Amino acid sequence: MLLWLFIGGVLLASLPGNAAEMRFPPPDFQTEYRIPDLYTPAPATTNGVFDALMLFAALCITTWLVFRARSRRGLFLMSIFSLAYFGFYRTGCICPVGSTQNVLAGIFVPDVGVSIVVLSFFVMPLLFSLFFGRVFCASVCPLGAIQELVAIAPIRISPALDRTLGLGRYLYLGLATVGVATGAGFLICRYDPFVGLYRLGHSYGMLLAGGVILLLGVFIARPYCRFLCPYGVLLGWMSRFSKWHLDIPPSPCVSCRLCENSCPYNAIDMPTPAHLVEDPIKGKRRLRYILFASPLIIAMGAVGGYSIYEPLSRVHPTVALSERVALEDLGRVQGDILESRTFRASEKTVETLHGEALGLRDVFKKAGAWLGGFMALIICLKLIELSTVPKREVYTPHKETCFSCGRCYPYCPVEPKRVAS
Amino acid sequence: MSELTKLDRRDFMRGAAAVTFAGAAYAAVGDKTEGTVWQLDPNKCTQCGRCSTHCVLNPSAVKCMNQFNICGYCDLCFGYLQPGSRGRDTGAENQLCPTAAIKRTYIEDPYYEYVIDEERCIGCAKCVKACLVFGNASFYLQIRQDICINCNECSIAKACPSDSFSRVPASTPYIYLTGGVETTIPVRKGEEPQEKTVQHPA
Repeated sequence: MLLWLFIGGVLLASLPGNAAEMRFPPPDFQTEYRIPDLYTPAPATTNGVFDALMLFAALCITTWLVFRARSRRGLFLMSIFSLAYFGFYRTGCICPVGSTQNVLAGIFVPDVGVSIVVLSFFVMPLLFSLFFGRVFCASVCPLGAIQELVAIAPIRISPALDRTLGLGRYLYLGLATVGVATGAGFLICRYDPFVGLYRLGHSYGMLLAGGVILLLGVFIARPYCRFLCPYGVLLGWMSRFSKWHLDIPPSPCVSCRLCENSCPYNAIDMPTPAHLVEDPIKGKRRLRYILFASPLIIAMGAVGGYSIYEPLSRVHPTVALSERVALEDLGRVQGDILESRTFRASEKTVETLHGEALGLRDVFKKAGAWLGGFMALIICLKLIELSTVPKREVYTPHKETCFSCGRCYPYCPVEPKRVAS
Repeated sequence: MSELTKLDRRDFMRGAAAVTFAGAAYAAVGDKTEGTVWQLDPNKCTQCGRCSTHCVLNPSAVKCMNQFNICGYCDLCFGYLQPGSRGRDTGAENQLCPTAAIKRTYIEDPYYEYVIDEERCIGCAKCVKACLVFGNASFYLQIRQDICINCNECSIAKACPSDSFSRVPASTPYIYLTGGVETTIPVRKGEEPQEKTVQHPA
């Protein structure tokens, strides 16, 4: 009997779509028993509008703390609040950093919409940045807040290293865009180092990455924000053109040099040193060289990006599966993995899979070229920025990289005078 | 406050940029505002067991459900009993479920009712597989929407080998099995939520 059942079961299970057929007849109850209903509770609703209002309020309070109160202590406390609310209470979701991908998906993927709440999460910090600088980074972003709190003994790293590593943010933004546009997935969410901490659970690798970044963040303040955050790129662009921005001295700078070492982010621009002031003709000539070289650099970047389409395309699960299946078929790898086993048990043919993967490869060729071109453009812009020496007489925060964290406030001797008055 | 009232060229550009930017973003994404939630299609599921290990929540938000109108109410339930178990009773050594999350209740001869204790269920799909292979396939996995925190990118979806996960409209957040004794599936919705706005978190 059991053997018969087993054989029958295996045979039936091998037939697709057998769910509708019942192997055992439905019971004919003689008693009063009535079959119970399925318990299908509605989605746990979070009021997105309330969260958007909280974000707006947090941005307003931070702006007030940066501009009016000028309180480092206040900003620190605000960071704790943001970490508690947007981080631990709302489990790091909804967040403006991740919303970038939803907006990108709305642009690139047909039939994908973005709700007004998500859109407002994306736009609000950018608009605040356009008017007040990166107040969002100061103490609203839960990712920034946790790093701000652990930055106990920050050391300054050389500006050259800082700038070079800072290119990582642009690369991450480019990769995230490629991920969304090609349908490979939401990379920013996948590799969010702190969300595991907020949710008290994640893969071992991501928890480890979060721990390493926090440990590193004790000495090198805000490593994620400075070297990885893709949303920070957009905020920086907005902040560069901001109407108002945090000032180190509230009234005329006395050039006492006390704030020089206060910023762990290399975001304070010093008065132009005498030895850097150069012959304008020489400077113009150099700028001309860079401008002429730029199209060439961008073209090279595009070609470089195009040439890495193969490894780049592996980020897409279909391509990765197709390669794995091909390797198994050719006997280059022994055994199988869950993905390939599941694929072989499905109705999809190997040809269809490889066809899909080849189509995706072509998409990645284009995406790679765009990515390479974008990175080269960024490098050109950075070179132009480096080669022009603006004339500065006082200490000013660098609008694009300053997080408005307020660390420089207590260093300024003009500050107590303002407080007293 | 004269700074605020005086509008120069740069301010105008800034304002224009802000309006264009927000407008373009809205135009680009449209007003498709209905919220979506993650759900898995039981017809695609291959019971690999990753639902219990890859959810950001512990235990997983994926739980087993028993669709009673398909269930055969078998005495010899392969979803409940360990293969080769000595007795058909509730003894721990006889149960297939690693967390003893299936409750077996005698109804009448020869029928037994099997109810999933969702507090205990970890979504490992052991019972689902056994019921699919040997029984009526009334057990299946579903994301319990009151537990799921609706991540922007579902960790299980990323790990699912059979591409069973997708976003579904929040108004119809479950995918039922078709067939069975009744054409309409009786469901108990649970308590109506206080706030109706369900959004796609970022």
